Amino acid sequence: MQVIHMLIHVVLMIAMPPLLLGVITKTKAAFAGRVGPPVLQPYFDMIKLLQKGSVISTTTTWVFFAGPVVALAAALVAGLVVPLGGHPAPISFEGDLILFAYLFALGRFFTASAALDTGSSFEGMGAAREVTFSCLAEPALFFGLLILAKLSQSLSLTGMLAGSLTAAWGIGGASLVLMAVSLFIVLLVENSRIPFDDPATHLELTMIHEVMVLDHSGPALGMILYGAALKLFLVGAVLLRILVPIDSGSPWIDWGSFLVGMPLLAVLIGVVESTMARLPLINVPRILIAACLLSAFGLILLVK
Amino acid sequence: MSECMVLIAISVIAFSGVPGLLLNRHSAVGQWLSVVLAVGGALLGIVGTLQYAVLGESEPISLHWAVPGGEFAVAVDGISTIFLLPIFLIPMLGAIYGLSYWRQSEHPDNGRKLRLFYGLVTASLAMIVVSQNAILFLVAWEIMALSAFFLVTTEDDDERVRDAGWVYLAATHFATLCLFGMFALLRNIAGSFVLAPLPEDAITPGVATTVFLLALAGFGLKAGLMPLHVWLPGAHAMAPSHVSALMSGVLIKIGIYGLVRVVSFFPHPPVWWGGILLALGTVSGVLGVAFAVGQHDLKRLLAYHSVENIGIIVMGIGLALLGRSMQRADWVALGLAGALLHVWNHSLFKSLLFFSAGSVVYATHTREIDHLGGLSKQMPATALAFAVGAVAICGLPPLNGFVSELFLYLGLFRTLGIGAGRSWVGAAFAAPALALIGALAVLCFVKAFGVVFLGSARTAHAEHVKESGLSMTGPMAVLVVGCVFIGLAPALVAPALDRAITEWAPGLPPAELRLASLAPLGWISVMGLGLVCVTVAASAYLRFRLRRGEVGSASTWGCGYAIPSPTMQYTSSSFAAMLVRLFASVLRPKVHETPIEGLFAHEGRFESHVPDTVLDGMIQPSVRSIAELFSRFRVLQQGSIQVYLSYIFMTLLVLLLWSIL
Repeated sequence: MQVIHMLIHVVLMIAMPPLLLGVITKTKAAFAGRVGPPVLQPYFDMIKLLQKGSVISTTTTWVFFAGPVVALAAALVAGLVVPLGGHPAPISFEGDLILFAYLFALGRFFTASAALDTGSSFEGMGAAREVTFSCLAEPALFFGLLILAKLSQSLSLTGMLAGSLTAAWGIGGASLVLMAVSLFIVLLVENSRIPFDDPATHLELTMIHEVMVLDHSGPALGMILYGAALKLFLVGAVLLRILVPIDSGSPWIDWGSFLVGMPLLAVLIGVVESTMARLPLINVPRILIAACLLSAFGLILLVK
Repeated sequence: MSECMVLIAISVIAFSGVPGLLLNRHSAVGQWLSVVLAVGGALLGIVGTLQYAVLGESEPISLHWAVPGGEFAVAVDGISTIFLLPIFLIPMLGAIYGLSYWRQSEHPDNGRKLRLFYGLVTASLAMIVVSQNAILFLVAWEIMALSAFFLVTTEDDDERVRDAGWVYLAATHFATLCLFGMFALLRNIAGSFVLAPLPEDAITPGVATTVFLLALAGFGLKAGLMPLHVWLPGAHAMAPSHVSALMSGVLIKIGIYGLVRVVSFFPHPPVWWGGILLALGTVSGVLGVAFAVGQHDLKRLLAYHSVENIGIIVMGIGLALLGRSMQRADWVALGLAGALLHVWNHSLFKSLLFFSAGSVVYATHTREIDHLGGLSKQMPATALAFAVGAVAICGLPPLNGFVSELFLYLGLFRTLGIGAGRSWVGAAFAAPALALIGALAVLCFVKAFGVVFLGSARTAHAEHVKESGLSMTGPMAVLVVGCVFIGLAPALVAPALDRAITEWAPGLPPAELRLASLAPLGWISVMGLGLVCVTVAASAYLRFRLRRGEVGSASTWGCGYAIPSPTMQYTSSSFAAMLVRLFASVLRPKVHETPIEGLFAHEGRFESHVPDTVLDGMIQPSVRSIAELFSRFRVLQQGSIQVYLSYIFMTLLVLLLWSIL
């Protein structure tokens, strides 16, 4: 039985991420009164990109390809320690939450380095923004992890998130609300969504993540898009678990609620993207500091 | 046996620079002789230390010494083992590196001096770590401090080098002064100069507090703990790179050693000791890396990262002390393991970074990051070494920095009251700070690696460079192996850490202090290897896809601009600008700007740099007024020997009269 759940975990982790992007795009299209591309369009895009040729800048070195490769590998490994929908993750040990956070930092290191490898000032700007904003997102994430650790008395993601969280909501509901808001902001920033970054903008000067990968094309770009979708999926899974803490008792109902919940979370992101304008870059750090403080307050409420 | 081997190693290394003094200043023989002696001595020392680490048998040596209170007492134990290994390893690699970095034929004036003091500083560091007597400790300490001064001022014909040297000399003497006071107080408590745990009934809180504060000031200055780091950036930047590697990788750790050793003498430290160390470590970590982000001198940037890493190490010591005060074995084990393993890790990756930075300086003759660019094409080995060092220092998996930071995180999370026992939630707030430090380090090293090694050459400095020779890349390769080894197999170094931890906290049950039961050592290896495998598989897949598809090459997309030039690339200053602005209240960046104005604009200029707030803004102004005060006493300074002799005579006379009365 355990093996079957692990298999489901791995299959979902690999197959589901692009779906979220499709749902977000569909939601935004609905708000704009358009039909929009099919929900499965991101899958088609990625498969097509993997089969395409590439144009590689003459300035670049091996680091240019290390970006997509390491970011994807790090996200795949991180996916093994995140519990999906209340089921224990395939791998869990004390301290896996820190590995989870640091694997994304590893991906960021190489993605930003790959951007600088092209020698383009636009990509330099994107890289600088990405790493600067992450400096503020990271403490917010760790305050959140501390809240979860305190509530669950556990130091692994599975111990924190798998199983029932209803008791935790009873003890520290206020903290969890603050933490969920803060984690949602971190999710939007780390995955370059509006109001922090617009993946669909047409002006290089204002982009963050998209401008870092301007020079990547073909299979490398496909890997980047997939890696980014996977990251959104994983952080989203953590957030979803906190928002939907219920443990039905039947593992199949849990999987079902996860399969319904993730697209709903994508709809929520789509709604935010459709109803908000993009923030001026200068305001992004302020919101992030606010996110940090929110989860810090959450922790103080809990340990007071 | 171990003690004997270590002592022989110390003598051989101390002697290593001497034959060169007797030889012609243009001959390469002295250089080779000194390297052979230094390497031989270091290998003997490493074997001796490892022998103790494996067998655990110690035979302390104690010889009579005619100095009052002094005794030539030497012993190797668990804590000194941790420090001895880098003390022997890093200078050994540095000596080999110096063969081509500081060739005798290229530096006939100062090469012999450099090698003499390189050996002396290494030997005295090892001596400090094994000495069991305060007088012996202080003598070795002073030899170390003075030799390091001569190393920093190797190129003493440059005024900036002399300035950095004077600041270092003043700082190190202030540290020594604190240590004199501290050891005198310790002798009063213990009744002798033997360095050993104190009898509990002899300790009074007031004296204990004074000893702790003096130790914190003296050892903190040596370690470069913020705000006592003022000497560090200048000295590290101005010294030759293999000296910077030695200073940053090994020498500043001696401050950590002193702190760890002295606090272990107190059986029941008060809670605030641990709290203050944790707070100072956090401040040092965050501000150290924030200042590093603002630098555009490659070696100064690395120097500020030493301040950051010392901060992380002190956080670990603080956590361990809290654990001792509150009887929490898990905090002690994880905190001290994090701190001590970080001592190893930092000595490995920081030396690696200084070696590769030195290789850049050797090839381009500049340390200015914004003048470089695109070096990875001509210097692939150096670039790879720097990349490995950068990933390791950011604490990223699968390298060694991650392991020690993970220990520290686990310990900090446990202060929330996870696991049985008391909680001290203030400490938990250090965990997000550590996350901030990590993220800032990623920013800083993406900047340094990207601007120096990637893109294309910004000035003529960075064009037509050559990769360094084997004697420089070889030591880097050894350090890369070290970083990977600890990152992938932490279980193999755990026994050495366990021994040091049980020695440090004798009052706690050894079974609860075992690292293997507190940290996921096996999982770290599994996940690290897994990450490597997935990365290799993903790159193989990408290569396969690239081979299948059509691959063209073109210049970088410039948004339609037809004639891009390398000077249009993002510079280190622009990369850091956003963050420097966020931290502007502390960093106080200086900007000199001639803006572009009007229709027929004149040439514009923009310059910005981040000076050291503590040194330039606080210490120098206050020191200036003290200097003015003391200049009034200059009338006493007559410059003639007769007057000075009469001063001595008068002093003696006064003392004589005083003793009679």
